[in-house]
Amino acid sequence: MRARGRIALTVAGAAIVLYALFPVVWILMLSLKADAQTPGFLPREWTLENYVTVLESGLFLSALRNSIGISLIATTASVTLATFAAYAVARLEFKGRRGVLATALAIAMFPTISLVPPLFDLWRAVGLYDTWLGLVIPYMSFTLPLSIWILVAFFREIPWEIEQAARMDGATAFQAFRLVIVPLAAPGVFTAAILTFFFAWNDFVFGISLTASEAARPVPAALAFFTGESFFEQPAAQIAAASIVVTIPVIVLVLLFQRRIVAGLTAGAVKG
Amino acid sequence: MAAIRLRNVVKAFGGFRAVDDVTLDIADGEFMIIVGPSGCGKSTLLRMIAGLEDVTSGDVLIGGERVNDKPPRERNLAMVFQSYALYPHLTVYDNIAFPLRLAKLPEHEVRHKVRHAAEMLELEELLGRKPAELSGGQRQRVAMGRAIVRDAQAFLFDEPLSNLDARLRAQMRAEIARLQRRLGTTTVYVTHDQTEAMTLGDRVAVLRRGVLQQCAPPRELYERPANLFVAAFIGAPPMTLLPARLEDERVALPFLAVPPPPDVDAASLRSRPLVAGIRPEACVAADRVDPARRALGGAFEGVVDVIEWLGHEQYAHVAYELAPDGARALQGLAAALDYDELKPRLIASLDPGSRVREGERAQFWVDGSKLYLFDAESGENLRARA
Repeated sequence: MRARGRIALTVAGAAIVLYALFPVVWILMLSLKADAQTPGFLPREWTLENYVTVLESGLFLSALRNSIGISLIATTASVTLATFAAYAVARLEFKGRRGVLATALAIAMFPTISLVPPLFDLWRAVGLYDTWLGLVIPYMSFTLPLSIWILVAFFREIPWEIEQAARMDGATAFQAFRLVIVPLAAPGVFTAAILTFFFAWNDFVFGISLTASEAARPVPAALAFFTGESFFEQPAAQIAAASIVVTIPVIVLVLLFQRRIVAGLTAGAVKG
Repeated sequence: MAAIRLRNVVKAFGGFRAVDDVTLDIADGEFMIIVGPSGCGKSTLLRMIAGLEDVTSGDVLIGGERVNDKPPRERNLAMVFQSYALYPHLTVYDNIAFPLRLAKLPEHEVRHKVRHAAEMLELEELLGRKPAELSGGQRQRVAMGRAIVRDAQAFLFDEPLSNLDARLRAQMRAEIARLQRRLGTTTVYVTHDQTEAMTLGDRVAVLRRGVLQQCAPPRELYERPANLFVAAFIGAPPMTLLPARLEDERVALPFLAVPPPPDVDAASLRSRPLVAGIRPEACVAADRVDPARRALGGAFEGVVDVIEWLGHEQYAHVAYELAPDGARALQGLAAALDYDELKPRLIASLDPGSRVREGERAQFWVDGSKLYLFDAESGENLRARA
């Protein structure tokens, strides 16, 4: 019974992994083909030419710079603000405490595309169109709610008495927060940071609609502007190579912090 | 070190007064216990001294200085929490060093003081460990270490032993008493355990529903409780309480009458309902009584319900008969003390060698001169007043 169950589980697991990874492997193979039109899964001729082309193209490099910069700024700002907000919601008594959480959730459920036209007009009017800040702001407003929710769950789990002990030991309220509460909530901060980073890194909708040039266009949007050797050629292989390049940081982050992310996502649910 | 004075301290949560007009002087170097049943406001009182809870009205003075509006860190008090509240991300060493580092002591001094505290509490081997790797007793000692490592004005303990098993609790109780005498630091210790209260404190303050009932040395609390509540709370096994009344110059209990204690004014007892209190040592096997003293009390026969044999002493729970109005009076008494019920049982102390068995009938003798008498209405101890 048990052995059969294990086999079934292994087969099912393998099927899921295959299903999830097949497109990624397909793109990887595509990026290694000398000619994107080559039929079949494996390249007839293995080459790194596409990567060289992509990495030498100014378009891609500026987009990469934009993506890294915007994502890091959005992540740092969002997580910092979320930490303070979540602490207030979890710890302090004030009117409308529940309202804050409910509103945050409502914002997170907003369809992103519905914000594009008003933001497009607004950003052009105030001069934020095609700037880093013009993307950082919408990314923050979409990732703050999730970060706040994750961190509230974490802060609630930290016993009040630990913070009070710190105050008795001579800490100011902010010292207690910085030296005791934040380190204890570190897995939560981590989870929030990674999810925020992914959101910003992977975003296409805002990236394509609120930018117009290399000044702010992030990688996912820039890929759509890739041209091949001639205007009429779809440079599928190069796009595939670029996709692989931008996927690498995500994979590395996940592999590095896998345990923490899992811990972060399940915390609060397991321990009451 | 400093004296702590509470002046008419009140803590109100909405309309509910958790601490109601408490005035208490804790002398410099004194070991003060605050005891009471759960929900009596004792922890709230301690947290007001600590500065973790605002004072609704009244004053808290530490070392003669009013500290009502000062945050905890400006009061320089050290506190041990019931949950120990250790910092889980720091090692034992860093936990103990935490208050010193906040005070910006140079690192070599920190090291010296942490070593010294660790030595006192036998924590040297554990300094590199994290709290999660420690047993309950070890965590408790780390929490103590964090408190004693700096020169606090006073120590505050909030039920520090209630998460330990019985054996460790007895051991730590002795250790806390030893430490406090050695350091001579003013200590306020909150507990619901009357054994801790009686064995540790120089004085014990008994709190009920936020109101201070009595503050006295343990012996006085036991011998001269101010009222029914204190009498019932202090002492293990507890005092037996019975409805009583004065008839023909004798105190009439439900099943026997005894002469009143010599030091009460019998006239003052007449015409009011009384509650009589009998400590286990005031009720013994009738055949053991010195004939010369026999007239001071009264004998009765009862059925032994339960025997508690503790080795060096033995207690019998003796069932007695109760008339219906007596039963009502007993239930009224239980309600007044916030007990679910009072059973018609009298706790008597037996010789360790006594062979009385459960279910047997036996003769017992109640010592009238050791009887406690309380006013049934106010609960006031009528002997303490005399």
